[in-house]
Amino acid sequence: MEITCAEALVRCLEMEGVELIFGYPGGAILPVYDALKDSKIKHILTRHEQGAAHAASGYARTTGRVGVCMATSGPGATNLVTGLANAYMDSIPLVAITGQVPTVQVGTDAFQEVDITGITMPITKHNYLVKDPKMLPMIVKRAFHIARTGRPGPVLIDLPKDIAMTPIQFKYPDDVKLMGYKPTVKGHGAQINQAAKLIMQAQRPVIYIGGGVVNANASEELVWLAETIDAPVVSTLMGLGAFPGDHPLFLGMLGLHGNKAANLAVTECDLLITLGARFDDRVTGRVAGFAPRARVIHVDIDPAEISKNVISHLPIVGDTKKVLEALLVRLDKKQNTTWINTVGYWKHEFAPRYRPGGEYLKPQYIIEEIYRHTGGDVIVATDVGQHQMWVAQHFAFKYPRKFVTSGGLGCMGFGLPGAIGAQFGRPDETVVLVTGDGSFQMTLNELATAAEQSLPLKIFVLNNRRLGMVRQLQEFYCDKRYMAVDFTFVPDFAALARVYGFKGFTVRTDQELQTALTEAFSDQGPVLVDCAIDPDENVMPMVLAGADICDALDYE
Amino acid sequence: MYHTLAVLVENSPGVLARVAGLFSRRGYNIDSLAVGRTDNPAISRMTIVVEGDERVLEQVSKQLHKLVDVIKISDITSSPHVDRELVLIKVNTDAGSRGEIMQIAQIFRANIVDYGHKNLTLECTGNQEKINAFEEALRPFGIKELVRTGKVAMLRGAKYTNINRTKEED
Repeated sequence: MEITCAEALVRCLEMEGVELIFGYPGGAILPVYDALKDSKIKHILTRHEQGAAHAASGYARTTGRVGVCMATSGPGATNLVTGLANAYMDSIPLVAITGQVPTVQVGTDAFQEVDITGITMPITKHNYLVKDPKMLPMIVKRAFHIARTGRPGPVLIDLPKDIAMTPIQFKYPDDVKLMGYKPTVKGHGAQINQAAKLIMQAQRPVIYIGGGVVNANASEELVWLAETIDAPVVSTLMGLGAFPGDHPLFLGMLGLHGNKAANLAVTECDLLITLGARFDDRVTGRVAGFAPRARVIHVDIDPAEISKNVISHLPIVGDTKKVLEALLVRLDKKQNTTWINTVGYWKHEFAPRYRPGGEYLKPQYIIEEIYRHTGGDVIVATDVGQHQMWVAQHFAFKYPRKFVTSGGLGCMGFGLPGAIGAQFGRPDETVVLVTGDGSFQMTLNELATAAEQSLPLKIFVLNNRRLGMVRQLQEFYCDKRYMAVDFTFVPDFAALARVYGFKGFTVRTDQELQTALTEAFSDQGPVLVDCAIDPDENVMPMVLAGADICDALDYE
Repeated sequence: MYHTLAVLVENSPGVLARVAGLFSRRGYNIDSLAVGRTDNPAISRMTIVVEGDERVLEQVSKQLHKLVDVIKISDITSSPHVDRELVLIKVNTDAGSRGEIMQIAQIFRANIVDYGHKNLTLECTGNQEKINAFEEALRPFGIKELVRTGKVAMLRGAKYTNINRTKEED
């Protein structure tokens, strides 16, 4: 029996196990929405397509499954772009489906036409414009395969309206054959042997982890590795939670706002064991000053990351989990007592700190109190800016896939829709959103989505009535010539949240904060806490542009 | 240093844009790019001449590999290979210069492919140096129009770049 391509698309999604789609309808995607009406797949209507893409990303980040978002042609498609770029930079598996104008109109500047496959070429792992209706099932199969295997990433399918309405004989292909796509999963045996040898010889090893460990679900193997070879662990922003934040061997985040102990350990180590991390500029600082005394082992699923920024002495291309499994059987238990003592001293001496006191609540204190009230066992989504760094520094994530943040793209406005996606991914868990007054105002339209879907989000706005991170940059790089960073009007977020059915609190004192925290985490419903914080607070430590990561500025 | 890459790609829409876009956005310099289908109509072959040191070339080929449509890449620069380029040149002529131009054509084993009252169009095939020399030889007569294909290249001897050997076996 023949069904339309739109119906076939929905069938394909069902067969891929898709349970949720975040989307926004429109003219060119009408046939797909019509077909979706008869499906058991749940559709979440966001208030903006950017929200749909970020929500799908939050869902994928917390579940490890492929997130799906959908939009119409033209502006619908362009509104997905930021979300796709964000997912691409953080290696998050997404499938985005966009409507397109009918084939005969493609290329004529038709109403709501944009060349979205052209636009998204640099920010998707791959994309497809469906030209042959018969190819649709194969394209969907390939899209999911490409999105979730190898180094995960977003894949876009652009479906012209006439093709969506064309009947085809439906058969979902059983397997995928792509001549040009065969990710290497298993690490090279000889390289792994060599790595084992280097590890056993090392006296000052450091394990440097990134989001690849989360994507590979390799946390268990990682703990095993660290404990077997007695090596401290430092993490990128994306890696937080992959190694227990309360583990004695954990030194915290490294890099520009990294913990001093982590940066010192990398600077002094003689072997840097890199797992699923990519030596981003926010991690390395001045490249020549990064791990200057170390040999570098680099395990990554993406061969293009090897020696891209920092030369690797021993590359192992493969899935981190598979490589660690193979590596662990080749290792003996060892101890690096002197090194661990040194590192332990740094960890204690340079623990994340801040200057208490003053008339305002300290943002770092608020993060610590959220941790204390929740035992740390919640999902935390953030936006981008100072608050994000304070969370990374002061919230000891214990489990992977519980920290939802925009790393590579640094995308303000990700937080709320990201938290919405996370809550759908993990409906039984508490989802906390820590945001800033700047980021929050970029996508707070999605409060309506959260309210409509009865999501019990706990939102904390660290409100300094300005763009704190930009202000901080201007303080250091523009000689304190502050430009376009102060909001002279900021809405009453608590009152605003109440309009959307949240409980709203405004807190200025510790007592008010404690009351709000208790309320937030005992109440079953959505709560927003607007926290007035010190507008002049900086994120410290801070490595200035061009400096080595061991030379960070800090409080005197 | 210039490197010659033989790149096999799926003959799918947009593949040229993907490859060209990759070079421009990552700041790699393409010196020339020639593309056409192979004996297998589903597969096209690009010959890309790119400038850069070993490290840049390693990144270029790894990034190219990441494109799903790219099947195989060989850097044939350091292996013995044949490379050819074709040029068409339309040059001014008059009764006085025609004979000399036809002599030059003979020297370079070029063909005259079009004859006009005031011009001649010549076709010449060869490696880049020969084509450059041919162009220089004709320049004094006044070149009206010139088009080059960019280099195409193939390994000598028994070695070949084909999909029988896949990416993984490289």
